[in-house]
Amino acid sequence: MSPAKSIRRERERLLLIKAPTGIAGFDDITGGGLPLGRPTLVSGTAGCGKTLFSMQFLVRGAIDFAEPGLFVSFEENEQELTQNVASLGFDLADLIKRRLLMIDFVRAEQSEIEETGDYDLEGLFVRLGYAIDQIKAKRVVLDTIEALFAALPNELALRSELRRLFRWLKDRGVTTIITAERGEGEFTRHGLEEYVSDCVILLDHRVIEQVSTRRLRVVKYRGSFHGTNEYPFLIDEHGFSVLPITSLGLNHQASTERMSTGIAQLDAMLENKGFYRGSSALLSGTPGSGKSSIAAHVIDAACARGERCLYFPFEESQPQIMRNMQSIGIDLGRWVSRGLLRFHPARPHVYGIETHLAMMLKQISRFDPQVVVVDPVTNLTEVSSPLESKAMLARLVDYLKVNQITALFISLTSGTHQTEMSEVAISSLMDTWLLLRNLETNGERNRGLYILKSRGMSHSNQIREFVLTDRGARLLDVYAGPAGVLTGTARIVQEAQDKAAIVSACNEIARKQRALASMKDAMDAQIAALHARFAAESSELNTAISEGLLAERALAEQGNILGNLRGGRASNGSSSGKKGAKHGRQYQSGRDNGQVERART
Amino acid sequence: MAVNINPAETTGKWSGHEHRQWQLRLYVAGQTPKCLAALANLKKLCEEYMDGDYQIEIIDLLQQPQLAKGDQILAIPTLVRKLPEPVRKIIGDLSQTERVLIGLDLRPR
Repeated sequence: MSPAKSIRRERERLLLIKAPTGIAGFDDITGGGLPLGRPTLVSGTAGCGKTLFSMQFLVRGAIDFAEPGLFVSFEENEQELTQNVASLGFDLADLIKRRLLMIDFVRAEQSEIEETGDYDLEGLFVRLGYAIDQIKAKRVVLDTIEALFAALPNELALRSELRRLFRWLKDRGVTTIITAERGEGEFTRHGLEEYVSDCVILLDHRVIEQVSTRRLRVVKYRGSFHGTNEYPFLIDEHGFSVLPITSLGLNHQASTERMSTGIAQLDAMLENKGFYRGSSALLSGTPGSGKSSIAAHVIDAACARGERCLYFPFEESQPQIMRNMQSIGIDLGRWVSRGLLRFHPARPHVYGIETHLAMMLKQISRFDPQVVVVDPVTNLTEVSSPLESKAMLARLVDYLKVNQITALFISLTSGTHQTEMSEVAISSLMDTWLLLRNLETNGERNRGLYILKSRGMSHSNQIREFVLTDRGARLLDVYAGPAGVLTGTARIVQEAQDKAAIVSACNEIARKQRALASMKDAMDAQIAALHARFAAESSELNTAISEGLLAERALAEQGNILGNLRGGRASNGSSSGKKGAKHGRQYQSGRDNGQVERART
Repeated sequence: MAVNINPAETTGKWSGHEHRQWQLRLYVAGQTPKCLAALANLKKLCEEYMDGDYQIEIIDLLQQPQLAKGDQILAIPTLVRKLPEPVRKIIGDLSQTERVLIGLDLRPR
């Protein structure tokens, strides 16, 4: 609690002691309840819940705060009252037996009464005093004392007696509720607010477009801070409850804890971790795009972790949802039977949006879940104006955030861009916005999912194809290639084409490789052939060369021999080479001789 | 204090063929001027119009507060005609004699 708040609380405590009503939410907006030991006026039109408010004040006082209560009824007798509130869970007979409650039916019929001079209401005072003493009542309800205006003709006398009565009740120190009918332009038909000035509460029951909403407003609370707004309230099998919206404010904690969505591929798109705990996610999409299935995954994962989930379906019944989810392999029934999952279905048009939200907050506070699913939230906005619905959703979101409850709001769109725009109003309240789109191409419809925003994390910007299988939802990478973004069979076809193209490309490469190899082989063969030819020719030439050399030598020797024979210098063998070189022409001729000689050999 | 005033027992007077037993109950709260005036007015009326054939029970709620519930008493003083039936309630100090007579069905409405 902040210091300013505690100071304020402390000051309130000093100023005025309060009697808690035990009515959920009401004690919050009044800072503790009704002014202790003083009268409070509760005014409203017929059937707006005055009697119930009063009765709950007494019953809770008797049970929770050990303050016995006296109910003085001017309209209904004990039996009628007991029956009326039994449907709300109050066992009056038991309380009466335990002397914690007393019902005093005061009947005043004008037809039976003849006025013949001065009188006062001492009889009523005596009666009240006697009843209060009997059970030592600390709380008193007069419902509704205005009946006296019809029964007693002398209004002037009655007014002065009422003034005295309220003073007297104050002096007795009992906390009193006086109910009154709402009058034209006034708080009460007979101007009772003139006498009861400590606290005035107005109950309202409005019907707009055939949808009723109950609202409560604290008009006046002398000496106390109080909420001045109109607060919606509920009357259900647990009695009267006011929507606790004191939590409205932007001071909630922001958790860094993450929770899996139950779909691994979706977690992967959210930094591999999933949602932030206590954040609100909007899941919008066209009909049949698989919104509820994603919600079922989130629930399934949460329940598997042992967390409690509360599901508010506005379109389908519990068995229907469970059956449908069974078809994608999610068994929600086991969580229901383990008490981890609770459904609270309601048709949107049953109440106004405020009543819906009050009902939802009540269920949430009672079940204390970690995950809440509203399916779809768009149906709620149907029963109210956009401004109202946003304000009420803000209250719901704030309440959930303060309590660190992760929320999944499902929104139904018609798929056009206009509708998506109109969702912006809601989306600003949301931390994460998942958009499911039907992608219609080539005569088939496929589901695509992408994350429009997700506060506080670097989420994926990729579209994923969303496929529902009999083992749950799966996200696939869509085909994003030169042919554009493709899904479904188009994706499969394109992928097959791509595969074929790759295969043929591979084949082409292999073929070329083979061609290259054979070219190399041919080249090598040619080289080998050339080598062989070269070898053959070179050996032939070498032979020729060596033969030539031999022939020359033989010729030179022959020349020497001839020289010796002709010049007698045959003994001078050492100068024969010089002589041979000098006489080139001799060599030429000698060569011719050699050839002759070779041919001869 | 519940006081029974029954002149019939003391005087033994009965009103001929049309016997009408008046049973009246006056609720008061202490000895206030209004209550005293009511009692005085009632006695005078009874003497004058009921031929002595009446019973008056005076109940002081300050002493017997539990009795207020039975006859649905709010106003003080209240005169309740128990008999003859139907039960009638007349509130005030009974100073307006004509209205009292109407209330008791002694005058046509």
